[in-house]
Amino acid sequence: MGKPTGFLEYQRRDRSYEPVDERLKHYREFVRPLSEDELRRQGGRCMDCGTPYCHTGCPVNNLIPDWNELIYREDPRTALAVLHRTNNFPDVTGRICPAPCEASCTLNLIEDPVTIKTIEHAIVERGWAEGWVEPVVASRRTGKRAAVIGSGPAGLACAQQLARAGHDVAVFERNARIGGLLRYGIPDFKLEKSVIDRRIAQMRAEGVEFHPNSNIGVTRPVGDLMARFDAVVFAIGSEVPRDLPVPGRELAGIHFAMDFLAQQNRRVGGEKLAAPDILATGKHVLVIGGGDTGSDCIGTSNRHGAKSVTQIEILSMPPEHEDKLLTWPDWPMKLRTSSSQEEGIKRDWSVSTKMFTGKDGHVTGLSSARVEWRTSNDGRPLMEEVPDSDFEIKADLVLLAMGFVHPVKQGAVAETGLALDARGNLKADTENYRGSVDKVFCCGDARRGQSLVVWAIREGRQCARAVDEYLTGSSDLPR
Amino acid sequence: MQARQGLYDPRYEHDACGVGFIANIKNRKSHAILAQGIEILHNLAHRGAVSADPLAGDGAGILIQLPDRLFRSEAERLGFSLPEPGAYGVGMVFLPRSAETRRACEAVIAHFVAAEGQTLLGWRDVPVDPSVLGDSIRPNAPVIRQCFIARGANCVDADALERKLFVIRKQAHKELRARGLPDSGNFYIASLSTRTIIYKGMVICERLAAFYKDLEDERAESALALVHARFSTNTFPSWELAHPFRYLAHNGEINTLRGNINWMMARRHSMTSKLLGADLDKLWPLIGDGNSDSATLDNCLELLVAGGYPLPHALMMMVPEAWSENPLMDPDRRAFYEYHAALMEPWDGPAALAFTDGRQIGATLDRNGLRPARFFVTDDDHVVMASEAGVLDVPEERIVRKWRLEPGKMLLIDLERQRIIDDDELKAEIATAKPYQQWLDQTQIKIESLPDEIAPMAPPRAVLLDRQQAFGYTQEDISFFLKPIALSGEDTVGSMGRDTPLAVLSSRPKLLFDYFQQRFAQVTNPPIDSIRESLVMSLVSLVGPRPNLLDLETGGKHIRLELHKPILTNVDLEKIRRIEDNTGGTFRTSTISICYPAADGARGMRAALDAICTNAEQAVRGGHNIIVLSDRLVAPNRIAIPALLAVAAVHHHLIRGGLRTEVGLVVETGEARQLHDFCLLAGYGAEAINPYLAFDTLSALRHEFDKELSEAEAHEAYIKAIAKGVLKVMSKMGICTFQSYCGAQIFDAIGLGADFLDRYFTGTVSAIGGVGLDEIADETMRRHRLAFGDAPNYRDALDPGGDFAFRVHGEAHAWNADTVSLLQHAVRGNNYRKFKEYTRLVGEQEKALISLRGLLDFDYPADPVLLAEVEPAREIVKRFATGAMSFGSISWEAHTTLAIAMNRIGGRSNTGEGGEDPQRYKPLPNGDSMRSAIKQVASGRFGVNIEYLVNATDLQIKMAQGAKPGEGGQLPGHKVDDWIARTRYSVPGVGLISPPPHHDIYSIEDLAQLIHDLKNANREARVSVKLVSELGVGTIAAGVCKAYADHVTISGHEGGTGASPLSSIHHAGEPWEVGLAETHQTLVLNGLRGRIAVQVDGGIRSGREVVIGALLGADEFGVATAALIAAGCVMMRKCHLNTCPVGVATQDPELRRRFNGTPEDVVTLFMFLAEEVRELMAKLGFRNFDEMIGRTDKLKQRTDVDHPKARHIDLARILHRPDVPAGTKMHQCETQDHRLGRALDHQLIAACRPAIEKGEMVVVDLPIRNVNRTVGAMLSSEIARRYGDRGLADGTIRARFVGTAGQSFGAFLARGVTFEIEGAANDYVGKGLSGGRLIVYPPHASKIERDKAIIVGNTVLYGAIAGECYFSGVAGERFAVRNSGAVAVVEGAGAHCCEYMTGGIVVVLGETGTNFAAGMSGGIAFVLDESGKFPQRCNLAMVDLEPLADQDEHIETLEHRGGDLEMHGLVDVVHSLTQSDAKLLHGLVARHAGFTQSPKAKTILADWERYRSRFVKVMPIEYRRALLQIQARTRAAERPEVSVAVGAAE
Repeated sequence: MGKPTGFLEYQRRDRSYEPVDERLKHYREFVRPLSEDELRRQGGRCMDCGTPYCHTGCPVNNLIPDWNELIYREDPRTALAVLHRTNNFPDVTGRICPAPCEASCTLNLIEDPVTIKTIEHAIVERGWAEGWVEPVVASRRTGKRAAVIGSGPAGLACAQQLARAGHDVAVFERNARIGGLLRYGIPDFKLEKSVIDRRIAQMRAEGVEFHPNSNIGVTRPVGDLMARFDAVVFAIGSEVPRDLPVPGRELAGIHFAMDFLAQQNRRVGGEKLAAPDILATGKHVLVIGGGDTGSDCIGTSNRHGAKSVTQIEILSMPPEHEDKLLTWPDWPMKLRTSSSQEEGIKRDWSVSTKMFTGKDGHVTGLSSARVEWRTSNDGRPLMEEVPDSDFEIKADLVLLAMGFVHPVKQGAVAETGLALDARGNLKADTENYRGSVDKVFCCGDARRGQSLVVWAIREGRQCARAVDEYLTGSSDLPR
Repeated sequence: MQARQGLYDPRYEHDACGVGFIANIKNRKSHAILAQGIEILHNLAHRGAVSADPLAGDGAGILIQLPDRLFRSEAERLGFSLPEPGAYGVGMVFLPRSAETRRACEAVIAHFVAAEGQTLLGWRDVPVDPSVLGDSIRPNAPVIRQCFIARGANCVDADALERKLFVIRKQAHKELRARGLPDSGNFYIASLSTRTIIYKGMVICERLAAFYKDLEDERAESALALVHARFSTNTFPSWELAHPFRYLAHNGEINTLRGNINWMMARRHSMTSKLLGADLDKLWPLIGDGNSDSATLDNCLELLVAGGYPLPHALMMMVPEAWSENPLMDPDRRAFYEYHAALMEPWDGPAALAFTDGRQIGATLDRNGLRPARFFVTDDDHVVMASEAGVLDVPEERIVRKWRLEPGKMLLIDLERQRIIDDDELKAEIATAKPYQQWLDQTQIKIESLPDEIAPMAPPRAVLLDRQQAFGYTQEDISFFLKPIALSGEDTVGSMGRDTPLAVLSSRPKLLFDYFQQRFAQVTNPPIDSIRESLVMSLVSLVGPRPNLLDLETGGKHIRLELHKPILTNVDLEKIRRIEDNTGGTFRTSTISICYPAADGARGMRAALDAICTNAEQAVRGGHNIIVLSDRLVAPNRIAIPALLAVAAVHHHLIRGGLRTEVGLVVETGEARQLHDFCLLAGYGAEAINPYLAFDTLSALRHEFDKELSEAEAHEAYIKAIAKGVLKVMSKMGICTFQSYCGAQIFDAIGLGADFLDRYFTGTVSAIGGVGLDEIADETMRRHRLAFGDAPNYRDALDPGGDFAFRVHGEAHAWNADTVSLLQHAVRGNNYRKFKEYTRLVGEQEKALISLRGLLDFDYPADPVLLAEVEPAREIVKRFATGAMSFGSISWEAHTTLAIAMNRIGGRSNTGEGGEDPQRYKPLPNGDSMRSAIKQVASGRFGVNIEYLVNATDLQIKMAQGAKPGEGGQLPGHKVDDWIARTRYSVPGVGLISPPPHHDIYSIEDLAQLIHDLKNANREARVSVKLVSELGVGTIAAGVCKAYADHVTISGHEGGTGASPLSSIHHAGEPWEVGLAETHQTLVLNGLRGRIAVQVDGGIRSGREVVIGALLGADEFGVATAALIAAGCVMMRKCHLNTCPVGVATQDPELRRRFNGTPEDVVTLFMFLAEEVRELMAKLGFRNFDEMIGRTDKLKQRTDVDHPKARHIDLARILHRPDVPAGTKMHQCETQDHRLGRALDHQLIAACRPAIEKGEMVVVDLPIRNVNRTVGAMLSSEIARRYGDRGLADGTIRARFVGTAGQSFGAFLARGVTFEIEGAANDYVGKGLSGGRLIVYPPHASKIERDKAIIVGNTVLYGAIAGECYFSGVAGERFAVRNSGAVAVVEGAGAHCCEYMTGGIVVVLGETGTNFAAGMSGGIAFVLDESGKFPQRCNLAMVDLEPLADQDEHIETLEHRGGDLEMHGLVDVVHSLTQSDAKLLHGLVARHAGFTQSPKAKTILADWERYRSRFVKVMPIEYRRALLQIQARTRAAERPEVSVAVGAAE
């Protein structure tokens, strides 16, 4: 809080971006931080609510009012400690989290929320800059061994917590480098990979062993892990993308977004590419799907030098402003424009794809139609095609960014025989994260289904506590 | 007496009443005295009470001297003869109806008479007429006989026989109680004395003499008669609890009773008596359990008298004046009190005590003077004293003195010396009888005088953190308590209610402190204002052994250690530790560690506690006289026992051993940090507390403070805040002295098991049972492990806590992001499905035990009814009300939104304490109404005038508020904007104080009076009384019903607030389930339930909770927080900061614009709630809401609870259904008979018709008596209904009365009405005066000088809004208290004059009492200070004193203006502020002279120049500033006409 009347005195001010022309020339982050004075004032806008909606609005329950106050009172070091109490990777969430906390901020009910994410980011970067971020080395070792399959945000958070509880932890990653979705899914211009590297360094110091190039269930049997470890955590993500099975889907030039993005991330990271280049340079790019992944495709395409980028979405265009009285503090459906969309894009809504058209086996466009949405009697949304609304969109690169359906079942999951829930995710509850097989735990998108990084971190942390309880009978790790 | 059942417990019975006596100073016995005593009793009858049975009174009685002539002839008739007077005693004995038991009782008396060496002469059947008894009383009335006992050879004189009779009586009682014969409960010896006899019983006052034939027998003669009319909260017949007792009759209440009883028990070992010798042992137990406070008081007094103390001396010990903070007291008297402070802790509480031993008769008042007592003396040697004036008609010219008993003063008539001894003479005599100052000098050591010591330094941070964690510190302890307290020196304030689980329901380890809730005063005794009336408060604590209570001789030997306040710095503690070396071994301190090996685990605590108790006992027996219980040695391998547990265990162990008064108990603990902790430690016996860890924490925090504070300053500020807070907590119960608070156990336990409590907290009760030592030890163990363990989140930080603001890893809150947002979305979207989602969440929270009702399940019958058959929702919503939130605490927008919504559905909204803008009385064009149906009448009486009252559907007397029971409030000046000032009739910018008590309610009969006043003011409105749940609230509610309230609200402790101390929000009051169930059960047991509607509130959020409330006995429901949330509140808990971001709880125009609530949303909430209620009713098989009320058989306690603590809870007492005859009413279905038919106002109204209807001038002449109460209110309501606040033109109605007016004369008198009395008036004259004029002067026949005679009683002009008063005589205490705008002239006033005044003018042409202008934030006063003593008597905290400006020409102007003032009574304060004080004053004195013919006023006017300079002007500092601001603003706006007018405008 700092200042009880701060919210009446200070306007919301947020970080700015490099101009579009500039930032399109490179793949680096382009956010310009606030000055320290401004940051302090922004912290002073926090009202220290008796019921802090941000606190539960945030999936990891960040102690937002506490560190806002500390920033206002110019105690960044304590703020850093408080920040790390609930979040292993605030440097990640401070960059790429959509910030449900800000949607739920009490100030957002009436006006503009506190710049929570910006403050979070500033605290942790200050911490790194000052050398305040240190490994937290367990004071005693339990001698118990835990394996974590998958090095995305859930796996890493889980591994870090387990190591801090004194267990011997090994992380297995099928890719060449550690980081999972963070490294391969998110473009550098949103999350530079050094951010992950320094966390890996920290975790190494805390005793975590990393095993890249280890595709468990494929290059190495799960049984191996089950025999050698006291607990095995499946944090394998939700990698199977939603497909668009319409005529013409087999045409060349139609790719899943993640194939496109991962390749670019490898390219930037200097890795050798195993597959042929997918480049947007000089092309008419069509992105199907209006989520974050779609945006990443747009930003990447524009940096490649696409001739045009179009994004379509089957849902109707959301309202520009939500009805706050009916949505706050929940996450509102409203029209948002990401930094990538700002960089140059045509957007269209209520568009359903009927078929891809092509020439010489290569896609040239798609036939689509307008749809209308209404609500059924039992409150579910219903879609209807608008008669005679067919139209064509020209495209020579189509990127499917329609989300992910469930984890990959071939390999580790199949070998272990883990039970799945109705949606095809690994079955486990959020009390003890236990999979259907003894000593197996499941967390992150693999259990929950595709979601935000911050949810993955939460799951990883809570799963670690469950594993710790399982291994030692009780746990001091926070939930 | 009714036995304990369900939640009803006879220990909570209260009583109060009227008391009076008449005596012949020359000790001339006559039957006439007796008859006059009976007449006094008749005229006090309205102060007593009757129950459902109109002839069943609560008790009445008379004490007279032994009527020797009557008994002598009766004895002759019965065949035995009496020895000479003084050589025999008579017992008045109530005997069982069963002949067999009766014979056994008589045999026991005979046995002890013989055993004590006396002679039983014979028995006499007392002639009685049972036909005058009520039908409910007659069947169980005792058989009443008198026994006659002649002096035996072992008694040298009457005194010795008197002592033997005492010993005989005590033993007979003990023996018969022990035998437990059938029906022996009726056995009771009302009196057994050589000098006095008592006739009393369950008879209404008017019938006492008809019942006891002796009283009408001309042979019965006495020189004195002491009478008493009782008003008990309950109606269970109890003959023995009627007053008088053997030595006294009492009007009031002893708040510290439990502690007094404990301390009496505690001194058994150290008590010996020269006079009683071996007989002393036969007297134990001194105090019979289950007696009333008055009976207990009498027991103690009797012991002291038997032990040799003169009667007045004993009373001075027990009920001392305020001495410690009184610089004006005579040094000898002060020494007397200081010396006796170590002998006897005060019996603290409001008390008017009339006492006699047959040779002396007198009366005394407690230090606060909270009960009225008026007396007069005649020229034919009679003294009459009574709770009211006018109880006995005596020709005016015979009266030579008319006065009142003043706070702490005593009146004594010594019949043997045949004269009146006044307070000064009496006390001087007693205070100089022994060299008390010399004894003090020899024995008293003050801690400051001990050589300085050096305290240990604070530990390093890591150790500090471990210790903090071991004692359960949370981040909130730092951020909400220690830090702000050290910075401000004040306890911290918060807002909204407590919505966290009880300690016993919480899944987090809770401190033992959290299992106790503070008790507080409501109705039967008033809380005190510890700030404004600090002169009566004392924190003095005496540490160490207490002297033998019955040693009157060797006072100079017993060394005592005195502390100014009971909180010890580390240095103080070291001084005490080393005291042996510095006092030559007189004191020996033993430090006992309350830590034990961690290896013994939780189960080791019991043995460790036993060992500590044994150690303590050995230390005492080994000659140590101070014990320090210490947890400083807490360490990874040493667990600290909760300090409260250790203190209470040792305290009670030593009491049981009779050793407690031989040792002082000090606690050195890391656990105490919040105010509540200190209160508990003291309440269970710690005489001093050293919170070393709080100090260490402050030392470590110092660098984080915004301002520079030295370590010592930070500690000092903290001690100051806690000390102030302790005073406040004491004062909430009406307790003034720490000495009597210490050990008084003013707490309810909640969730602790009976075994645990009986053993360690003997006398404390939990209504719901609960956990024992094992669970408490487990929690301690958990904390200890976390503290010294390795959990990452505790490595460098404290637990978040989350009690005061929601935190995910902290305590659960009923209102959290999910519940608030779901509710809002549901009502805004008019989406019932969403609402059900919300109530499902509420249900889940309850299942997870966020509140007691979560432990309840419905017992659904097999045969539900169809939903369609259930009473419609639109009917059910009429049972709903919103909370009492003032316009001031919430915004205009929020306040009117709630009002409009409630009016639409036929529910009720509540004004709260802040008046109401009259524009809200007119309906809006669209048919909506912003008028709040419930008009609250709270202690501040802001805006409570006759117009406000007649515009009410309900009139709610707020006795207490769930979030801060027993406390007043304060609206700081910066929140009082123009608008709020207007509705509160105050001045913008001037702070407003609501006093802790209603100054017209110090007891139950006072409440009855206020109810009567309000009913007179608005006959159509229901009068409601709002109480807060605590153990015993049921008996209070029964009393409230007997006081003719139509409605009672039981508020749970979850209730919200705009600003309250956090300690009150969290630690006072009980859940509503407990209070509601007790209320319903007690009302049903009393047969009173049908007469009163019961409302419950405090955290009701769902239909399920409404239904549970109904099943537990509620007719109606208050829903405040949920309604506010529906209107947009987001539970910011920042109401007290005025920064509410949604415009609900703020007056900031910028923020108010953000308000987004609508009446529709609020209506939707209530319709949804009702709909859910209907669904549950259908499932439960009820078609009609009324059928459901009190049906606890439809509730059951859940059996599926595996919560380690909650599974010990037993709700059987809450679910108890009283066993009553079929047909007993179970819900409100009858109406009260308010007895308005006899009101004098009917005659007045009839006579004034032409005035009321046509505005014609009317003059009425009427006689008046003290039984004519509240004269004028009904007449005023007739006027206000027609003309509103405007009233009639000045002088339209003039009513002249002759006689003594009853209470509340001229209450709420409307404009245009002038009331004039030739005679006198009682208390509450001009209460809520609404523009009328009051004139009172003594009868022309009176011979007494007017400025030496009392003319009006206490608490005159309370809450007056406008009008004029001229009283030619002296007023009692608290004249013009909370006056908002009336102008008054009086010729003398008692203590606390002009207290809390915010406007108006008071002129005192004579002496005033002390504490003038306490809390006076506005208005002005002029005092004629002829003796020059006034500055000492004035409380200068908020006012300046100044001489009158020298502006003679203005008087000239005044004269020339032809008496403008005379015509209108308009007083321009702004104008007078700068120049015309003299003019103003002169005009008022002139009017006074004109209206009353006051000789004093005439003298002053005749010699104006001389007198003018002797007037002192009392000017509130804040008021002057605000007026100057207004003046500046007015000038800037160039509107010179505008000014603030006070007085009768128009």
